[in-house]
Amino acid sequence: MIAAHYAALQVVAPLIAAPLCVLLRRGIPAWLVTVAISWIALAIAIQLLIQVLATGTISYELGGWAAPWGIEYRVDSVNAFVLLIVSGISAVTAPYAHKTVVKEIPEDRHYLFYAAYLLCLTGLLGIAITGDAFNVFVFLEISSLSSYVLISLGSERKALTAAYQYLVMGTIGATFFLIGVGLIYAMTGTLNMADIATRLDAVENTRTVLAAFAFITVGLGLKLALFPLHLWLPNAYAYAPSAVTVLLAATATKVAIYTMLRFVFTLFGSDFALDVTFLAEFLMALALVGVFAASITAIFQNNVKRMLAYSSVAQVGYMLLGVSFFSVTGLTGGIVHLFNHAMMKGALFMALGAVFYRLGSVHIDRMRGLGKQMPLTMFAFVLGGLSLIGLPLTVGFISKWYLILAALERGWWPIAGLILLSSLLAVAYIWRVVEAAYFRDPATHHPRATEAPPALLVPTWILVLANFYFGIDTSVTVGIADNAAKVLLGSGG
Amino acid sequence: MTASEFAHSIPPGFVLLIGAGLVPLLRGRLRDAYLLMLPVVGLLHLVSLETGSYVQTSVLSLEIIVLRVDQIALIFGYIFYIATFVSVIYALHVKRAFEHVAALTYAGSAIGAVFAGDLITLFVFWELTAVTSVFLIFGRQTPRAYRAGMRYLVVQIGSGVLLLAGTILHYLDTNSVEFGHLGIVSPATTLIFIAFGVKCAFPLLHNWLQDAYPEATVTGTVFLSAFTTKLAVYALARGYAGTEMLVWIGATMTAFPIFYAVIENDLRRVLAYSLNNQLGFMVTGIGIGTEMALNGTISHAFSHILYKALLFMSMGAVLYRVGTIKGSELGGLYKSMPWTATFCIVGAASISAFPLFSGFISKALIITAAAENGYFITWLILLFASAGVFHHSGIKIPYFAFFAHDSGKRCEEAPRNMLVAMAIAAALCIGIGVYPHVLYSILPFPVDFQPYTPTHVLTQLQLLLFSALAFAVLIRTGVYPPELKSTNLDSDWLYRRLGPLAVGAVLRRVDHAAGLLKNGAKTQLKELVDGISRHHGPEGAMARTWPTGATALWVAILLGAFLVASFYV
Repeated sequence: MIAAHYAALQVVAPLIAAPLCVLLRRGIPAWLVTVAISWIALAIAIQLLIQVLATGTISYELGGWAAPWGIEYRVDSVNAFVLLIVSGISAVTAPYAHKTVVKEIPEDRHYLFYAAYLLCLTGLLGIAITGDAFNVFVFLEISSLSSYVLISLGSERKALTAAYQYLVMGTIGATFFLIGVGLIYAMTGTLNMADIATRLDAVENTRTVLAAFAFITVGLGLKLALFPLHLWLPNAYAYAPSAVTVLLAATATKVAIYTMLRFVFTLFGSDFALDVTFLAEFLMALALVGVFAASITAIFQNNVKRMLAYSSVAQVGYMLLGVSFFSVTGLTGGIVHLFNHAMMKGALFMALGAVFYRLGSVHIDRMRGLGKQMPLTMFAFVLGGLSLIGLPLTVGFISKWYLILAALERGWWPIAGLILLSSLLAVAYIWRVVEAAYFRDPATHHPRATEAPPALLVPTWILVLANFYFGIDTSVTVGIADNAAKVLLGSGG
Repeated sequence: MTASEFAHSIPPGFVLLIGAGLVPLLRGRLRDAYLLMLPVVGLLHLVSLETGSYVQTSVLSLEIIVLRVDQIALIFGYIFYIATFVSVIYALHVKRAFEHVAALTYAGSAIGAVFAGDLITLFVFWELTAVTSVFLIFGRQTPRAYRAGMRYLVVQIGSGVLLLAGTILHYLDTNSVEFGHLGIVSPATTLIFIAFGVKCAFPLLHNWLQDAYPEATVTGTVFLSAFTTKLAVYALARGYAGTEMLVWIGATMTAFPIFYAVIENDLRRVLAYSLNNQLGFMVTGIGIGTEMALNGTISHAFSHILYKALLFMSMGAVLYRVGTIKGSELGGLYKSMPWTATFCIVGAASISAFPLFSGFISKALIITAAAENGYFITWLILLFASAGVFHHSGIKIPYFAFFAHDSGKRCEEAPRNMLVAMAIAAALCIGIGVYPHVLYSILPFPVDFQPYTPTHVLTQLQLLLFSALAFAVLIRTGVYPPELKSTNLDSDWLYRRLGPLAVGAVLRRVDHAAGLLKNGAKTQLKELVDGISRHHGPEGAMARTWPTGATALWVAILLGAFLVASFYV
């Protein structure tokens, strides 16, 4: 009975739990609710994924209203995978959050933090699950508004400016997206995605549809931090509370990329995107420039959180590069990197959160000699870093492998070379941290740090081990990504 | 699955790789026992494997053969385990667990690589050997070692990247990643060849070896000397047997390190050069590619690992006790370390290929194969190189460390575990030399070769005795200066008489010129980095916190560009 409503529950559970947190008005109960809901969300996401893989696309009519008029939730292997990523990250981040929240946020705001956290989760899951174009905008705003709140709760004053900047920039992006959806509605008279997909063919060559396509891709480009629209991201990630950085870095941009995939491939269709527009060329150029510019910038950052934030911009470049090949292999690489990057960045930001918890800073000079003082935390960072670089046996290698394979498949040698070259840049910035932590003596005037508490270490290491597990056994992740790529390209699945 | 089936599904390297995980949890005698047990268990496991058993899986739609057992893999597996066992004994006194873990995982990776049946698995272990072994260099904990370790790591990882690139291309060419005979036939196999060549320290690709090995810890160098380069020899033998080019590469490798070894003062670096020279013999054998030559290469790798480890162990013991390994500061140590001196001489005799020592029975195969297959010039070079080896490894090493002018240094004999390790290695060196047929019987091809014929023995003895005579005359006439305080032995006029110095001086000049170029490049590089830093640094344009308007502007630009392109192009 309840199984039929999993699709709705996926979004409704955190949505209802958010006001519940406000009513509780206490930090710890609100935290427990958040953890419970995150785990429930994960369980539901796994159920949905199994169901989709077994029986194909699930369509759920919200409130019983039939599809073109009512809101439809539509789950196929693409968004089932995204739901798994978002809820999975939330399921490890929520238990992790408590210690860092106590440290970083005034006590009277704890319950508000968890309420905002759950709303953000609602928004992210909602974007992924919905089959209604306007509904995407609604959830986009829910997740964005709550993430502005979450970022502004950061312990440094700069967090406020960062959140404000993100608010303005994010609103521009959302507005562009809405304009695009509005234009589509004007041309097709429907907001249901499946419906739009069938009706767009007839009006495909009008300038209105072209404009809609441009507005949507640019608007989403901003939300997913496409270079050079990434300017909001470094500060937002760097100054947000530790747990928020983990959640956003591992999920927010991925959901935006998913939305772009959905609109480009399912709504407009890859033929339209390839033949009529220059999306592939634009994406590839910007992705490659982004990978290099952001990686090089990361090398020179002294705030390690900011360093990893720039690295995230570069990693988004890899995902978009995979998309820009417009081939099954390329898309598989891009989609599997959504998952893999969530694993590696989640682990890295969690390790940094643990460092921040003990030191109150993630400046690279403060991390000198930390390898001896916080061995488990720093070793987790090193392993996460190796995954980011793309060492074999880690998830990073799997992503790079598919990207390179996709480049070679098209015979684009230089691009395969650039992918390899850019990995070296990741070696450089990760090495800066390793060198500081393991080969430098700690500054004498700082007190010695002790190892992070288990409450922080356990979630960190779960993600670190996931980096290796999914780097060796790729049947689940690559299998789903491959399936998703075929669904998107319309070649079966 | 029965127990034996289960045992057969474990790739041999995993015994050490997984076993190493427990080392940090153990202390004292228990840890010693555990460390000694691991290679023994591994070796027993290896012996129980039957040729041809495979562990296959499919990853990323590739056919992965994690375990492939054949004669050539087995023999490398045996010697790698024996080397691990000896080296572990030698390193037993080391307190820090991470050095043991690094050494065991390094050995495990090398063994895993030998049993890899496909290029992907090979690549994974290839990189693992690099990543694990670098800690044996870092373990010295000096800034010099740190820098040398970084350079080593860059080269080794680079070799792995080349291998991966070659593998991907090879897969696209042939739709297979199986690691069998490759040959230089396509860009893909050329890349793989270069990757192997880097690890095998081909001429001009060799610098990492002499750079890094002498900077590693006392015990680390012993491990390093055994695995990395021999893994490359194995890979070349499997993939590129009979590639003509290797004959010349190998011949060059045997000859040119001799000049460097002669002018070098750091005795462990001398050994690193002679390691390179020994690799040359093996590479030549691979290039000749006949059954006899390959047998020679493999048996030479087998005995080489033992005597080279023995030499590095004896020099390591000196470094451990005296605190320096500079030839000019040592001398007369035979009084303090008689056992170490004896073992060192056994190693020296083996590397110089004295009859009844291991080097003799393996090197002879390669040299004979060169002669029989009409490589006359190569044959001459190999003979010259043999004499050279005797000079710098056979005489120079023991002479400067243990005899020569008494440095007045008095120290204790090497620790007991080191002596035991050296004794085992020395016994094996002699054992192989006296009973060559034991080694011959496990070689991949049938051996129809009799090392102890009058011709072989006499030729070799002539070569050695005349070398020794020359040395003795020089010492007697006092031309060989007893004191060498300068670290630049090459400035010594004596060596000019022997000839090599002329080459040495030229090489120094070249080095000097290269140094000038390097400095020029350094300034250029610094300017480049400064430039990048200006734009990408924390306050640079790329990293600055931009006003919100900048994003709005970019959004407008992108939208405009996109629309213009879509509408009008």
